[in-house]
Amino acid sequence: MTLSVRIIPCLDVTDGRVVKGVNFTNLIDAGDPVEMAALYGNEGADELTFLDISASSSGRETTLDIVRRTAEQVFIPLTVGGGIRSVEDVDRLLRAGADKISINTSAIARPELIAEIADRFGSQVLVLSVDARRARTESGFEVTTHGGRESTAIDALTWVERACALGVGEILLNSMDADGTRAGYDIGMISAVRAVSTVPLIASGGAGDLADFAAALDAGADALLAASVFHFGIHRIGDVKRYLSANNYPIRTVTT
Amino acid sequence: MIAILDYGSGNLRSAERAFATSGLDVIVTSDPQTAFEAQGLVVPGVGAFAACMQGLNAIDGASIIRKRLAAERPTLGICIGMQILFAFGDEHSQGQPHSGVGIWPGTVSKLAAPILPHMGWNTVQASSHSPLFNGVEEESFYFVHSYAAKDACGKLQSWSTHGELFLSAVEDGYVSATQFHPEKSGRAGLALIKNWSRTL
Repeated sequence: MTLSVRIIPCLDVTDGRVVKGVNFTNLIDAGDPVEMAALYGNEGADELTFLDISASSSGRETTLDIVRRTAEQVFIPLTVGGGIRSVEDVDRLLRAGADKISINTSAIARPELIAEIADRFGSQVLVLSVDARRARTESGFEVTTHGGRESTAIDALTWVERACALGVGEILLNSMDADGTRAGYDIGMISAVRAVSTVPLIASGGAGDLADFAAALDAGADALLAASVFHFGIHRIGDVKRYLSANNYPIRTVTT
Repeated sequence: MIAILDYGSGNLRSAERAFATSGLDVIVTSDPQTAFEAQGLVVPGVGAFAACMQGLNAIDGASIIRKRLAAERPTLGICIGMQILFAFGDEHSQGQPHSGVGIWPGTVSKLAAPILPHMGWNTVQASSHSPLFNGVEEESFYFVHSYAAKDACGKLQSWSTHGELFLSAVEDGYVSATQFHPEKSGRAGLALIKNWSRTL
């Protein structure tokens, strides 16, 4: 009896559509987040993440509808992030059917938001998304905003420790240096964050080869998030799971 | 008809849909009489033990559960909805455990594990001849919790491990409970829900 490693595909969604193109031929509409969520669920995804990158409030309303429709037909955990600024935003998403929400910029701007959400809904719903890169801060890692374009000068490890004390239930660590490169996760960053936290850690950014997934687990990640390698069909979720299983990592097999 | 007890725990939509896949009608209700009369009652739960009990007490939930047991009507607790069926919970209790519904004795306490919450898919050592796990004994189920019951109780016990051994399910005649979320456990979870619905 062992807790399985979680494989989590992430879908960037704006105005009701998946942003990055998807290279699957068996989809009727590759831009429909609900259909993609169902497909990944059938393929053995252990959780799903929607990142809402809508700029408008109407876009956010559409996301609520997508969350609703997904929760009605995909019976695995769903995390939603992007644009969450208040306890009310969280309440709306949870009521629509999200199981967890992730916050990033709004928590940097106002860290008390972490405690407010954790007190109301419990830590287990709250994922802290950290966009970090290598820089000359105390630990060598700093927190960025705006997809890595803007520095906050906040030390990433200090931020993680503070957020854990305030009540986050899980950390999603995105390497801004590795993101999109498919050159591997930032292993040093994963081990550094693992060393200062006792909540589950999701590694994100840089997944390319199958061996990259195993390396992130060795560094201390509990779960692995990836976008483009799945969307472009470079690896199917089953490929990653078969590889990990063959290398003795605990995975959940899905009977079809 | 299955009633899902709504006592302020937020996301019940996916639970409603998941239980509807059993083929039975499902309603979400906070009405004590409806909850008492339903063929099957599901007690979900998120958040902390004390907050959950507070919400339950506000709709007289503990007495609904006890009355159903006396009337031989099945009830299924999920996650914190399982934990509150025990006598006590020591989550954020500062040494003075909170009272639960008390169907089963014992105290729900924090798991001794390096990483908490216990979050993700884990396997279950299912009780042999368990009606709930029939056909899904080897499957994984989705857990999210930091506290658990650790002492055997009820007729049938199923166990899982995270740092230490804990009760992942209890089947005790008309009251059953799972520490994991069947409504979030994919096909295996839906199969377990179907198994429970057959006992109604």
